[in-house]
Amino acid sequence: MHGAADVEPMAVTRDGARRKTALADIVVLMVAMILLWQLGSWRLGHEVMPSPAATLRKLAAIMTDEDFPRHAWETGRAFGTALVIALAGGLVIGLVLGAHRLSGDVAEPILVALYSIPKITLYPVILLLFGLGISAKIAFGVIHGIIPVAVFTMNAVRNIREVYFRAAKAMRLSGVQTAWSIVLPATVPEIVSGFRLGFALTLLGTLIGEMFASQRGLGYMLVKAMETNDVGTVMALALLLITLATMASSVLLALDRKLHRGTAPA
Amino acid sequence: MTRSGWIRLAVIGGAVALLEASCRLGLVSRHAVIPPSEMARGAFRALGAEDVRGDVLATLLTVAQSFVLAIVAGFALGVLLHRLPRLRRALDPFLASYYAVPTFVFYPVFIVLFGLNRWPLVTIGFIFAVVAVAINTLDGLSRVPRAFLRTAQVMRLSGRQTLLRVILPAAAPWLFTGAKFAVAYSFIGVIAGEFVQAGSGIGHAIAFAYNSFDNPTMYGLMILLFGTVGTINMILWTWEQRLYARRGGR
Repeated sequence: MHGAADVEPMAVTRDGARRKTALADIVVLMVAMILLWQLGSWRLGHEVMPSPAATLRKLAAIMTDEDFPRHAWETGRAFGTALVIALAGGLVIGLVLGAHRLSGDVAEPILVALYSIPKITLYPVILLLFGLGISAKIAFGVIHGIIPVAVFTMNAVRNIREVYFRAAKAMRLSGVQTAWSIVLPATVPEIVSGFRLGFALTLLGTLIGEMFASQRGLGYMLVKAMETNDVGTVMALALLLITLATMASSVLLALDRKLHRGTAPA
Repeated sequence: MTRSGWIRLAVIGGAVALLEASCRLGLVSRHAVIPPSEMARGAFRALGAEDVRGDVLATLLTVAQSFVLAIVAGFALGVLLHRLPRLRRALDPFLASYYAVPTFVFYPVFIVLFGLNRWPLVTIGFIFAVVAVAINTLDGLSRVPRAFLRTAQVMRLSGRQTLLRVILPAAAPWLFTGAKFAVAYSFIGVIAGEFVQAGSGIGHAIAFAYNSFDNPTMYGLMILLFGTVGTINMILWTWEQRLYARRGGR
């Protein structure tokens, strides 16, 4: 499966000057986006699309509110737990399915089908099974994030070149040694790509869970603002989420590129 | 059917039977999950109701609109980014975090922009699907082997001929993957929007059934929805595998 957010990593030169222009490009792009946003705000009016400055002011007001730390902590706790479960679970499922060819063949279409169904409709079931509260949110985050991680890991294990195993055999490595010094280094770059997608989707799932199954957290703040048509708060929270998610995914993307560069060209 | 296909069928059948048994034996609360046989009956009965048929049609139409728009715009965006590698590089971190933001929170904004009709839903499905199409287009275009392009040059193909006879066939599997994601994401976006605020569509019907404790209708609609999405995706998936196989692996 090709992950939606699986942006093809490009060759990165170690050249400092090129890195500097790349950084400058990102700054230019961000300035352009902010300008576009401001233009849209002028064109559509403040009630429909608050300006960047107004959104920042609103965000500052939200973040200094005494309730905010409680909501943020709740979301962070749910997301952290969901992420650990999704990554660890996806990794184990992927390793098993990748190592055993037949199970992988049986499971892959099922996983792909599960990945593509609109999981938001499962929220009544999750609520009925887990009740209102943090466990429902965690479950929602996990069902969104675990499948891409599993599929990426499975494909990574399957794509290990046969010759590596022959080399391991020639060197008489034990099973544990093979796993540690052959399978792990060979699969880590792909697994990190899967983690990148898993991270984004687990966050999405956790937020959706909070929107429907909770009285606390950023998702709850979002849905409340949505229901009262408080566009300013929606924009401010969306900005906060976009910033956090982009920062996290930039770190993972940098790691991803570094790892992919370290292995043989795909 | 292949051996793994039969095993898969057995696994799914076994899971359904297990669920049926544990519901009938009372291991799972009836208030939470009803037996699959009752879900099927609920689906059958729901399909008989006229308003539900209208909901299904409305959802399918909305998804189709958002799918077509996403394919056209996503392809154009992919080609544009392929032509401008610096822009692409700068956009990379944003594309990678794109799917972490619940886009449907902007639904109220779209309602103000487009009015109370199906277009806000089309827009949500569209912005959900378009980036996946763009990323896969980009992927496919950058994987066209350079030797192919050089051969096209040697044969003095015109720009149009190179595009139609070399680039598009070589990138076809990735373009197809993009289309597959566009179907799935259009569904996810539209249903999410319907769930949140719309007054019609399958998503709305499910939320309505849930709020009125009508479990048979809720589960019936759910399996109808998953069945539809699953079937479409299975067909596309099989087709895609064949495309990749013909191309000699990924």
